[in-house]
Amino acid sequence: MSQIFAKGLVCPLDKNNVDTDQIIPKQFLTSVSRDGFAEALFFDWRYQADGSANPDFVLNEPQYQGAAILLTRANFGCGSSREHAPWAIQQYGFNVIIAESFADIFFNNSVNNGMLLISLSASNIEFLFNRCKQGPQQWQIDLANQEILLGNNAAVGFNIDQDVKQRLLSGLDFIGASETLSPQITQYEAQRRQNTPWLG
Amino acid sequence: MGRTLYQKIYQSHVVGSLNGSTDLLFVDRHLIHEVTSPQAFSGLKLAGRKVRRPDLTFATMDHNTSTQVRSYDAAGETSRKQLEALAANCAENGIELLDLYHPDQGIVHVIGPELGLTQPGMVIVCGDSHTSTHGAFGAIAFGIGTSEVEHVLATQTLPQQMAKTLKVEVTGKLSPFVTPKDVILAIIGKLGTAGGNGYVAEFCGEAIRGMTMEGRMTLCNMSIEMGAKAGLIAPDDTTFAYLKGKPHAPKAEHWDAAVSYWQSLYSDADASFDKVVTIDGSQIKPQISWGTNPEQVIAVNEPVPAPESFTDLIKADAAKRALTYMGLEAGQKLTDIKVDVVFIGSCTNSRIEDLRAAAAVVGSQKVASGVRALVVPGSGQVKRQAEAEGLADVFKNAGFEWREPGCSMCLGMNDDRVDAGQRCASTSNRNFEGRQGRGSRTHLVSPAMAAAAAIAGKFVDVSQISFSEGAQA
Repeated sequence: MSQIFAKGLVCPLDKNNVDTDQIIPKQFLTSVSRDGFAEALFFDWRYQADGSANPDFVLNEPQYQGAAILLTRANFGCGSSREHAPWAIQQYGFNVIIAESFADIFFNNSVNNGMLLISLSASNIEFLFNRCKQGPQQWQIDLANQEILLGNNAAVGFNIDQDVKQRLLSGLDFIGASETLSPQITQYEAQRRQNTPWLG
Repeated sequence: MGRTLYQKIYQSHVVGSLNGSTDLLFVDRHLIHEVTSPQAFSGLKLAGRKVRRPDLTFATMDHNTSTQVRSYDAAGETSRKQLEALAANCAENGIELLDLYHPDQGIVHVIGPELGLTQPGMVIVCGDSHTSTHGAFGAIAFGIGTSEVEHVLATQTLPQQMAKTLKVEVTGKLSPFVTPKDVILAIIGKLGTAGGNGYVAEFCGEAIRGMTMEGRMTLCNMSIEMGAKAGLIAPDDTTFAYLKGKPHAPKAEHWDAAVSYWQSLYSDADASFDKVVTIDGSQIKPQISWGTNPEQVIAVNEPVPAPESFTDLIKADAAKRALTYMGLEAGQKLTDIKVDVVFIGSCTNSRIEDLRAAAAVVGSQKVASGVRALVVPGSGQVKRQAEAEGLADVFKNAGFEWREPGCSMCLGMNDDRVDAGQRCASTSNRNFEGRQGRGSRTHLVSPAMAAAAAIAGKFVDVSQISFSEGAQA
C-alpha cells in the first residue's frame, strides 16, 4: 500500500559539505523560541551584504519558489549541533532532504522534528540532479514502500533504518516512547548508585 | 572476542532496548548552556514533564556572552534574554549554574574537566558538537540537538544505536613545536571531513600516550570535524593524576574503587575495529588550514595546493571554491600571507598549557602593527592561573587584548567578529565560510603558530623561529 509522506517541487542545491553555519548563521541563534527561522535559512548565500536577495542562489530562482524537497550532495549538515538548522529548513517548507550522506547530529535532529532524510548512492544522486536539469521536478515520497516517485512510473528506491521509519510513520513522541522504560531507568539508577557510588 | 573501549562503556550504559537496534542509554553528565537549551525547557514545561536528575545536570553561560565585561547586558537584548532564560530555568529546576558572575564560569568543555565533572567510563552529552572533548578521559561524549536535550532532561537517557569503531594510532614521538592541534589537523587532513561519519574514534599510540590531559582534550575536541560521533582515549595514570582532588572527582572514600574501575577501561587486545588508520607522529609538521573546511589543511612549509592536484573531482571543486573565498592562489606559501586578526581561545585551545605555549613564543616581543590580536581564556580558573603566572602581562605588554572567558570569536555569536575579507589566524576548530563573521577568512593553527603570526604580522613556521628575544621554548 502506498503512503505518501511528502510531495512537491524539488530544489537542487549542488554543494558538498554544507555545514550548519551555512544553513543558519550564528546571529539567529540567540532566540529562545523554536519558530521564526525560515527567513534565516542559508542567510549568507540567500542575501547579499546589502540585504537584497542574491539572484544567483538557487533558492531565489523563480522556478524553485514553493519547493518542498531539497536535493543536495554529500555530508550535508556537518559542523555545529544547532537544531536551528533543521528548524530553519522545515520552517522554510522542506520536510524531505535527499543527499548522498548526512552528518550524524544533523540527521538525528531532523528526524526528531519529523523530517525524512534520504541517503542515496552518488550515482543515484547524480541521476536525480540530471533530472532536475531537464526542468522543475515534482516528486512524491512513498515512505512505506521506500520509494521516490519521479512521475511517469519512474521511481528510485531508498534504504532507511527501520526504527527511524517507524517513528516517522507513527509520529510517536520519542520522549514518551522512552518513558515506557521508566521502571528500567529507576532500576538502572539503583544499580549505578550501588556499583559506582562516586557518580552520584 | 574482545570488546573496544567504546563498546564496553556503551554496553554498561544500556538501560533497556526500545525496539529493533535502538537502545536506551543512561547519561551520567548532562552539560547545558544558554543557546541550545531554552527551547528544551519550554518543551518540557509544555508537556508537563520535570527534570529527572537535576543533580546530574550542570549549566554554564559561554556562547553568546560578552568577553569584554561580565554582564548580561553587554551582549545585546536578545542575548540577555537568553542568559536570563537559562538562569530562570536552572533556578526553577534546581540545576547548578555557573553563571556569568561565577568565578569559575567558562566554556562548557573547559570547565567540565576542570571541575572534575568529566570522568572515565561516563556517557556525557551536551547540546554542542564539541562535547567530543570529554572523550579525552575515556568517556563516550557527544553533541546533541535541542530535542535530545529535552529528552535527556526528562529521562536522563537517550535512544542510541551502537556506532562503528575506528582506531587512529599515532606512532612515534612528536617533534618540538608540533602540538596536539597539529596532530588532529593532520588526522582530519588525511581522513577528510566526513571520514569519521558513523564511527566513534579511539586515539592511541605512543604520541597520544605522551600527551597531557589538556593536549588530549584538544585532540578529541576536533573528532567531530572529521564527522566522528565521538573520539576517545583510554584513561591512564595521566588521567587519574589530573582528576585527583578536582571538586567533583570521586572523594577519598571512593577513590581507590573508582581508579580500579577506570583501569578496566581499555580496548581488549583481541578487539576488532571496523576501520584502522595509522599515522607516523614523528613526520607531522606544524599545520595550517588553507580552505573552508578542516580537511583543507597543509604543513605550514607546503604550498597551497592546486585544485587540479586532487584526483577526486568533488575535492577539486571544493578546493577551487575555497581558494576563491579565501583569496588565495595555488602555489602560494602561507608564510608570505599577512594576517589581520589573531584569535587565541575556544574550547579547542584556551587552556593554561595553550596560553603558556603562546606566551613562550611572544616573550618580550610586540604584536605587529595593523594586527588585532586577542586572547580569550577558556575559564575563570584559566584566567586567574594565567594572571598568577605572569602570562597575562606577557600578552598585554605585547599588545594583545586580554579578555573574560567565553566562546568569543570562534563563532562570533557575541561582538567578537572578523570583518569581511579579513584573514584570521585562529586556534579554534572551524574554518567554515562566514564562521567568524560574514566573509571572514579563517586559518586554523596551534596557539604557538597563532602567537608567532601575531608577532610577525604574517604566518610563520613556528619550528623555524629563534627564541633570542627573551622568549623561551
